Amino acid sequence: MGRGETTGTLRIRAVVLPVIVVACALAVLAPHASAQDAGEDASTRATSVSATLTYDVGEGTDAVETPAVGVTFTVTGVGDEEIGTGETDADGLFLLEVPGSGDYTVAIDPETLPDGVELVDPDSLSRTVEVSPQETQRVLFALQEEGAVSTRDESSRFDQFLQLFVEGVKFGLVLAMMAVGLSLIFGTTGLTNFSHGEIVVVGTVLVWYLNDWGIWLPLATFIGMIFMFGFGAGFDAGLWKPLRKRGTSLIAMLVISIGVSLLIRYLILYVFRGRPQAFHDYAVQVPYEFGPITIVPKDIWAIGLSIVVLTAVGLVLTRTRIGKAIRAVADNPDLARSSGIDVNRVILVVWGAGASLATLGGVLFATNELVDWQFGFKLLLLMFAGVTLGGLGTAFGAFVGSLIVGIIIQVSTLWVSPELKNVSALGLLILILVVRPQGIFGQRERIG
Amino acid sequence: MSWGTIIENALRAGVSREAAVFAIAAMGLNIQFGFTGLLNFGQVGFMAIGAYGVGIGITYYGWHPVTALVIGILACVVLALLLGLPALRLRADYLAIVTIASSEIIRTVMRSVSLRDFSGGSNGINGFSRGFYYFNPFDPQIKYGFGPFRFFGEQLWVILTGWFIVLVVTLITVALMRAPWGRVVRSIREDEDAARALGKNAYGYKVQSLIIGGVMGGLAGMVLAIGTQTVQPDSYSPPITFFLYTALILGGLGRVWTPIVGSVIFWMLLSFTDNFLREAVDNRFLGINHVMDGVQVGQVRFMLVGMGLAGLMIFRPQGLFGNKQEMALEV
Repeated sequence: MGRGETTGTLRIRAVVLPVIVVACALAVLAPHASAQDAGEDASTRATSVSATLTYDVGEGTDAVETPAVGVTFTVTGVGDEEIGTGETDADGLFLLEVPGSGDYTVAIDPETLPDGVELVDPDSLSRTVEVSPQETQRVLFALQEEGAVSTRDESSRFDQFLQLFVEGVKFGLVLAMMAVGLSLIFGTTGLTNFSHGEIVVVGTVLVWYLNDWGIWLPLATFIGMIFMFGFGAGFDAGLWKPLRKRGTSLIAMLVISIGVSLLIRYLILYVFRGRPQAFHDYAVQVPYEFGPITIVPKDIWAIGLSIVVLTAVGLVLTRTRIGKAIRAVADNPDLARSSGIDVNRVILVVWGAGASLATLGGVLFATNELVDWQFGFKLLLLMFAGVTLGGLGTAFGAFVGSLIVGIIIQVSTLWVSPELKNVSALGLLILILVVRPQGIFGQRERIG
Repeated sequence: MSWGTIIENALRAGVSREAAVFAIAAMGLNIQFGFTGLLNFGQVGFMAIGAYGVGIGITYYGWHPVTALVIGILACVVLALLLGLPALRLRADYLAIVTIASSEIIRTVMRSVSLRDFSGGSNGINGFSRGFYYFNPFDPQIKYGFGPFRFFGEQLWVILTGWFIVLVVTLITVALMRAPWGRVVRSIREDEDAARALGKNAYGYKVQSLIIGGVMGGLAGMVLAIGTQTVQPDSYSPPITFFLYTALILGGLGRVWTPIVGSVIFWMLLSFTDNFLREAVDNRFLGINHVMDGVQVGQVRFMLVGMGLAGLMIFRPQGLFGNKQEMALEV
């Protein structure tokens, strides 16, 4: 505090600048999306139940999702009082408003199903659901073509393992790209940055808007990465550098990063709205089959691109002046400063490059999943698991750790239900800290 | 704009059961973070354990409410040991990562379909508070109170119970902080090596602090569960912990009673901004309706919380009433 306080206070105000720039950029691009959402919001405000009925025609990868039209549903309330009936429309959608929140029973009439289609579980013709006020409660009924056999059981366990392993490698590489920045920021500044997940989402959402505007996705990603380099660097220059100058403690900075992450997360929700969105390019692709493994072209590109980028990061860190400077600062900032390295410039580059890589990782992640305002936080915990496993503060550790976490998450679905797959990674995180807290490549004194 | 309603609602929110729940959980965080310097970012996990302990105990095993209460507390102790024993040997931010991860593990497991019969899946558990309301001395049909503070009998019963537990927790904290135990944990916060050099088992004290604060979190979860008569897994998501920190730091660190003031002000502000913005949107006040709609009001509220947390930490880390000498933040 003291001498640096006034300048620090002034500079902190500058953090508002990059945030405003992004908000404006998003706001300019947003109207198209929010106009679409207005209708969506209005329809979801009614208390209702809905069901979407579709079935696959054809087998395996050639299957075409077909809506089941004209299927009759009956909704009854408590005490078998009939609320109403309805049919599915051309999209296979059935939607019925109910008088208020409470328990309702939704029954399907199997006689009205299209010819040649049956319920996967023909014995259960009704579902009882609890409907919350102003919400649409979805009811699930699975359909299949008569005589169809579930294809899942045919592949052997080892084939499933191979498939999941490849998916895990892809996820791990993408996670590694996001985590490199997190780990290097920790290494150079000591900050455990809880807002890194939101940086991923800001970059990805920005690329989604560019793509929505009609810019080809790879080009949009490239523009987004350049912009996010500036965002990351501006974030450091506007907020974190003044705080470091003031001598704010690392714990205080950790809490500040949480506050900032809440702010950014809900700013994204405010602008982008709650509905997950897909990129316009490469949304649906025909997969290749290599023996037991099926993989879509965009995943092959993602794996290849990640390996190239991560190798480049490794080369930059070991072969170039700035890379050596980064490692020197991560090793010992005071010694680096006294040997003539501009520590603040190095940190600025780390923030910029970290945000840039996070954007690329986020886009590659969202090509399979959807762009969603809250995926940053889920990924953040997995990134923490990855960098802790590899050893906080090292780029190579972040790479190996994230790869392992990605593989574990996917392969664990052989034994646990997919909704619990992230739990296995988070459980692993806690286990590592018991067994080897410095991680695989970390140095003992870092954890002191 | 009906300013009267807005202000009455804000005043009511200040004494609501949510404010009491926050005060209890924030008192626990104050022991951990304010007095001992531990970064527990999974307080909501302790709240969830307490809430599910009571909910599952009563509905699934049919325990007596008091048994469920004791088991819930024991479960919080176990969780604190599970997290504290490995992570407290390490630097402070490792505890932050481990606790936040554990609170997500708890939430994900509890809402999973495979445990539906046990924990109710994503719908949670409902309607297990009959035992609690059996003791309700107030008539549920009548509104008690004065001025803006008027509540139906059942609400009043929950609110009084909640604030009674706040009182108990405050007395416990006062006793702890006046005892040698309080001086030792504060010395650990100031300089762990010095405390160790004086022969104090710093690790042991930190584990105890995590347990005590965690149990308070569990009590807060129980009050919330019984008061709302429901346990929903997604009400126990990580942002709740961040809100608790905001309330704690708003009130100030390092004093016993500041988390209470912080929680009351936090809920008053939250209610005020929510009601004000909603009214402003509906009445087209100052053109706010061009900037946001009703759905976005809730989001703006969260942005303000985030801004408040970061801003307080930057410009006034001791909070409104904190003790500047007792800052746990120099590590």
